[in-house]
Amino acid sequence: MGRSFGTGEFLFLLRAIPSTLLLSLGALTGGAIVGLFVAILRIVPSRPLRWLATGYIELLQGTPVLMQLFVTYYGLAVLFKIQVDAWPAVLLAFSLYSGAFLGEIWRGSIEAIPRAQWEAAACLSLSFLKQLWYVILPQAGRISIPPTVGFAVQLIKNTSIAAIIGFVELTRAGQLMTNTTFKPMIVYPIVAALYFILCWPLSLVAQTLERRIDAALGIKQHF
Amino acid sequence: MNYVFQFNVVWDHLPELLEGALLTIQLSATAMALGLVVAVVCAYGKSAGPRPVRWLVPVIGLRLTANTAALVAMTVNLGAYASEIVRAGIEAIPHGQVEAARALGLKRLQIFRFIIIFPAVKTVYPALTSQFILLMLSSSVVSTISAVELTAITNSLASTTFRSFEFYFVATGLYLAMALGFRAGLSAIYWAVFQRSRAA
Repeated sequence: MGRSFGTGEFLFLLRAIPSTLLLSLGALTGGAIVGLFVAILRIVPSRPLRWLATGYIELLQGTPVLMQLFVTYYGLAVLFKIQVDAWPAVLLAFSLYSGAFLGEIWRGSIEAIPRAQWEAAACLSLSFLKQLWYVILPQAGRISIPPTVGFAVQLIKNTSIAAIIGFVELTRAGQLMTNTTFKPMIVYPIVAALYFILCWPLSLVAQTLERRIDAALGIKQHF
Repeated sequence: MNYVFQFNVVWDHLPELLEGALLTIQLSATAMALGLVVAVVCAYGKSAGPRPVRWLVPVIGLRLTANTAALVAMTVNLGAYASEIVRAGIEAIPHGQVEAARALGLKRLQIFRFIIIFPAVKTVYPALTSQFILLMLSSSVVSTISAVELTAITNSLASTTFRSFEFYFVATGLYLAMALGFRAGLSAIYWAVFQRSRAA
């Protein structure tokens, strides 16, 4: 028999949480930069640029994260002819992935702002970027907070996929502990509970924010 | 050392890849149909059912094959997300419609069946489509429990031929094609169900 599941094993799982969080945070930051570009490119007057952004989104939203992870991981190795560390590959893959999703979320928020706001800003002879930066984005930002938080929850859970290429985060730590203790039905529920503890507060925040917007719009319950 | 791309290995194994893609499509399509049913029932239960139904979470202790287990997991997962989407659609229906139906003496289930569900699903259809496609993409994860769909086959071919990049590249292309195919199919369904019949 293998080792039993004790405090040491539990601490091993706990110690994997920072890398899950760090990966999520890094991917969210990278994704925010990519996503902002994508969102803006989706609404610029130039048609080829819009097509470029649309193509990017179609590609990244039309393929599984798992495949993106494999292609980046082996692709980086092939391109630079070195065996890359898992970190940069995972971070790159998740940044590109979340960039595509955040880009669409933010485009939706930008388009929810009434046309008249753009026109009013244009009347003040602001340039396109200034209209966007000073007039539209501050308003769109407020609308986009609940879905962005919702996406962050998804992202934290999706980072579990990075376990497959050997990146040691919470899920991988769980796999390792299962392999040494042979007790998957103890280890995985604990791992799941840890994910829940990470995500639930965020979900609650998203729900509260959404309800506040619903209340502002006067949406009622039927039953 | 220079890396030489060799895609001909991939073409030799194309039938196997396509077989995997077929299983992915079957799993996803079945999970979509079942998940939508779960979603509508849950959305109804959540907004109208008696309290216990709102909390009920079924727990079953059965021994399942990998494919069945994958299908169950996908259905439950999709059902959970899609029921929230459908609920949003239900809540987006103007309250006056329900009051009007009640004034006509319709019962709760009748209101749900004749007044609410059709326009509700129509409103959130784009969101449902995205969720369905996400489901198809996340089916790649069921390879972890040894269901032999596209990802699992790609994994085993990549590790036997040492042509990881080529195989994953082609598999990614297949997933993209399937996603676009599903989107086209789902908008055809939208057209057939919601555009043609202006019953509601």
